[in-house]
Amino acid sequence: MDLLLRNARVIDPANDRDQTGDVLVSAGRIADIAPRLEVGPERLASVTVLDLTGNWLVPGLIDMHVHLREPGDEYKETIASGTAAAAAGGFTTVACMPNTKPVNDCAAVTQFILRRAEETGSCRVLPVAAVSRNLEGRQMVEVGDVRDAGAVALSDDGRPVMSAQLMRRALEYASRFDLPIISHAEDLELARGGQMNEGAVATQLGLHGIPTAAEAVMVARDCLLAEWTGGRLHIAHVSCADSVRIIRTAKARGVSVSAETAPHYFTLTEDALVDYDTVYKVNPPLRSRKDLEAIKEGLVDGTLDAIATDHAPHSSVEKDIEFDAAANGMIGLESALPLILELLWEGTLTPAQAIAKVTVQPARILRQPYGTLTIGAPADLTVIDPDARYTLDQASFRSKGCNCPFHGREVRGRVVLTVGAGRVRFSR
Amino acid sequence: MTFTRKDLLGMRDMEAGEIRHILNTAASFREINTRAIKKVPTLRGKTVIHLFYEPSTRTRISFEIAAKRLSADTYSVGTSTSSMVKGETFFDTLKNLEAMKPDLFVIRHSASGTPQRLARRTSAAVINAGDGMHEHPSQALLDLLTIQDHKGHLDGLTVGIVGDIAHSRVARSNIWGLNKLGSRVIACGPPTLIPHDLQQMGVEVSHRLEDLVPDLDVLMVLRLQKERQEQMLLPSLREYATYFGVTEAKLAGAKPELLIMHPGPINRGVEISSEVADGGRSVILDQVTNGVAVRMALLYLLLHREEETA
Repeated sequence: MDLLLRNARVIDPANDRDQTGDVLVSAGRIADIAPRLEVGPERLASVTVLDLTGNWLVPGLIDMHVHLREPGDEYKETIASGTAAAAAGGFTTVACMPNTKPVNDCAAVTQFILRRAEETGSCRVLPVAAVSRNLEGRQMVEVGDVRDAGAVALSDDGRPVMSAQLMRRALEYASRFDLPIISHAEDLELARGGQMNEGAVATQLGLHGIPTAAEAVMVARDCLLAEWTGGRLHIAHVSCADSVRIIRTAKARGVSVSAETAPHYFTLTEDALVDYDTVYKVNPPLRSRKDLEAIKEGLVDGTLDAIATDHAPHSSVEKDIEFDAAANGMIGLESALPLILELLWEGTLTPAQAIAKVTVQPARILRQPYGTLTIGAPADLTVIDPDARYTLDQASFRSKGCNCPFHGREVRGRVVLTVGAGRVRFSR
Repeated sequence: MTFTRKDLLGMRDMEAGEIRHILNTAASFREINTRAIKKVPTLRGKTVIHLFYEPSTRTRISFEIAAKRLSADTYSVGTSTSSMVKGETFFDTLKNLEAMKPDLFVIRHSASGTPQRLARRTSAAVINAGDGMHEHPSQALLDLLTIQDHKGHLDGLTVGIVGDIAHSRVARSNIWGLNKLGSRVIACGPPTLIPHDLQQMGVEVSHRLEDLVPDLDVLMVLRLQKERQEQMLLPSLREYATYFGVTEAKLAGAKPELLIMHPGPINRGVEISSEVADGGRSVILDQVTNGVAVRMALLYLLLHREEETA
């Protein structure tokens, strides 16, 4: 079934487009975009026409950093539930991290994920394979093999690559296969025992702190290694001002580095932890107001290329326990869009800037042909009602995770339609 | 003054008036502890559960004695006897205990914030008997009472706290409590044991014990745990003792009426010398005696409140 989407505000940062008009989807691709499109009476029977007056139509959103938990931790999330959450959140593509059980460190696991996504998924899934076998930080995965199986990047996410030597070699070796290395930047020694950001709040709560330096020293190390090797580096979940500053400097020097942050780092601060609510426990931790402002500046000036959720579902078994023992992580797929839109409403980002960070920017980093409304491109698109005001309600989420820190938040802007490769994957 | 709290979780959110009321109540209970028959029927029919998820001798016995002298029925759960070893989560254990309708939980836990989270889930009263590095309010209250006994007042005093401030819930509770009652507080220790942004709690910071001694009316000495060496926080206990151990020599320039306090247990020869610990300025055992009275006051105030509303 073809789709004719009428009278939407079409925002396509990749093509510098922001105008009201019609979009025709045919055979799973963007067939045409114009201020006014007509279909002849002979085709009307095979075209669904939707009037989207008042809505925005943007490229299907891309989340380059999620944890789908399958295989291994299906009680927390599955590829089915995680991608259903993605579609409901407006995402048509997600890149899933390899810290599953077993770890995605070989072609067989990569293929398993792709097959499960094909069979049960509600959006496109791009597997990220591990840098090191079993995330142990010792021996590289077979990079060509996982690439050929469909992996789009390499990361030991959840853990840093503590060995500078391994990081150096991975950057060098992966460049032959044009895969970026996604760095979970954390010095485990500096972060050891830490429960939250180090500073006045941690001191008063009596919780062991994680200094911003635990992240920034690794960002600096990896930028230096990327410069030396010429490899492609992407910094995951940037949380602090020091990291933004280091990445900005590296980019100015021409280093091939990109970076993402997550909505919680530009929405929440360490102050959220005052009641010891484990829903706010995340790694890297929520930082100070100064860091939050620096993250926003990094988004504005492009130092931070992308926004990704780091969707990390957990069950109450991991969260409803003592703070020290509780797992790190927050779910984000079904709350990300309205939080990104908050940056628009407050005037921090333009609509084109904001949309680019969840569409064309992650697509470029992962060298994927998505995230645009270019004619002939796969018809991935998301329709947003920018004026809908509502309360985020975790009970309505598709994700199995119980750990949404934004539950109960009043927000503006909601996904009303998600189309992936021409198929309606979600509609409200 | 009426006491309206459900729980006693920390000194941070207490008002000066409430603290004084607790201290006055504690002073009035002291007499019971000197009787031949040390028991009154005040809390008869009340059920108190002691949850000690961390080793403790002094605090645990102090709370047990306080509850029993007021005729409450007490039960104890410790790490070795708890269902934690069977894999039940802490909060599931609590749900089961809650179903047995206790009136009050006394809880010590190694994870900061656990008493706060317990208090939100139970209709019973909760007393924090020490949570992680966060707070130990009954210790601070007994310290305040001991200072008040000896000095007659707390406002205008200069109180030093020397040692491992970073890992100390006793230090945090005392800083809040002393500030509220008008004392000036100076925290002293090596930079590795002073937590980040401590000054924001309203405390001065010093790294030289000898510099602050002449100003002090009270010096609280904290226990130094041996594992701080392995955590790269200290080169050796020996060097710690050299610079921060409290000895008669270091107290040479002190005011004659300086009080020496320690929450215990003490490491003789590390953070405090035997001469000082057992000397004339030491009020360490007074602290322990006052501990029972303060805990009786807390049990009484929290459980009495319930009776008034019933």
